[in-house]
Amino acid sequence: MKTDDLISALTADVATKPTPVSRSVALAVVVGLPIAAAIPIYAIDVRPDLWGQLGADPRFTFKFVFTLATAAVGVWLALRLSRPGTSAGPALAALGATAALLIAADTTELMVLPRSEWASALIGARALDCVVLIPLLAAAPLAALLFAMRSGAPDNPSIAGAAAGLLAGAIGATLYASHCTNDSPLFISVWYVIGIAAVTLTGGLIGRKVLRW
Amino acid sequence: MAGDTAAYRTLLTSLTVFLRSEVRRGFARYGHGHSDVEDVVQETLLAIHLKRETWRTSEPIGPWVRAIARNKVIDSLRRGGRRINVPIEDVIDVLPAAEPAEHLNERDAEQILSKLNGRQRDIVQSISINGDSIRQTADKYAISEGAVRVALHRGLAALAKAYRTQDHED
Repeated sequence: MKTDDLISALTADVATKPTPVSRSVALAVVVGLPIAAAIPIYAIDVRPDLWGQLGADPRFTFKFVFTLATAAVGVWLALRLSRPGTSAGPALAALGATAALLIAADTTELMVLPRSEWASALIGARALDCVVLIPLLAAAPLAALLFAMRSGAPDNPSIAGAAAGLLAGAIGATLYASHCTNDSPLFISVWYVIGIAAVTLTGGLIGRKVLRW
Repeated sequence: MAGDTAAYRTLLTSLTVFLRSEVRRGFARYGHGHSDVEDVVQETLLAIHLKRETWRTSEPIGPWVRAIARNKVIDSLRRGGRRINVPIEDVIDVLPAAEPAEHLNERDAEQILSKLNGRQRDIVQSISINGDSIRQTADKYAISEGAVRVALHRGLAALAKAYRTQDHED
């Protein structure tokens, strides 16, 4: 086939519009979220004081501020990294800002909490649940996101997959936060971060395979 | 890219010239010869077409096109790298009989087309190599124009996939 022949075929196909990656990612969140949300609602219980404490208890509220901020950064990263020749710089800076926010919360916690309670705040109750359930809650969103991002064209499929993992992990963490009774930022910094990091890594490994184009 | 057929053809044709030099330079940067240039140019054009929604009209098109070309050059070199791993004893008899590069390219492209399923191959071939319009192709195969459009689009996506995986299957 000559290149001119190929151009004829491409020109004839111009009316068939590919789906923009932003739209398919939005659809993935809309599809993946209810599936993931069904797990805490039916299987592991949402905290009965969810709506009462939200906004009233600063620690409990901060959990959501952190997980939702991470999710927002995840969306931004996933979309930027799906476009060829677009640097991830600004979105990476936002990720750094989210980490700085967590460190600031930790510092505040260490100042207001007596030294004797540091260890129990860090270890919490049933920390292992957190590490297991965040990836579990993130599974459906991750699958939907990776599928959606196949309409993109990432320069680096592994890193784009990791961004999908970060977003899915943050969605999982947000849902888990509605169940989890450990509210200390110290707990978040270790166990939530491990859970989200595991999903990020998984996203990177799968993305390497499925996001090639 | 907004759907004006004549303008789109002009754009792709002028991009082709740019891509040839870009791909050649890409190969040279990694110290490779020019044998696969036209192949990679075609693969890049396909990617530009299929992924055109990842270009934002508010941004310059140059860096976007260059990034796609760079990706495709690297993909091609990776596949080439795998080819180089074939033990020389296995191919030494074939080497002196190697055909000129242009013929190889044409044969490659036909092999690529042959990886499409029957109807998609017929339709891509009809519109590309024979230069028929959607309407003429629809008449020829007695199907609707919509069906031709769908088969063409799927065929092009399948073609991109065939490029991507061509040496994994060898």
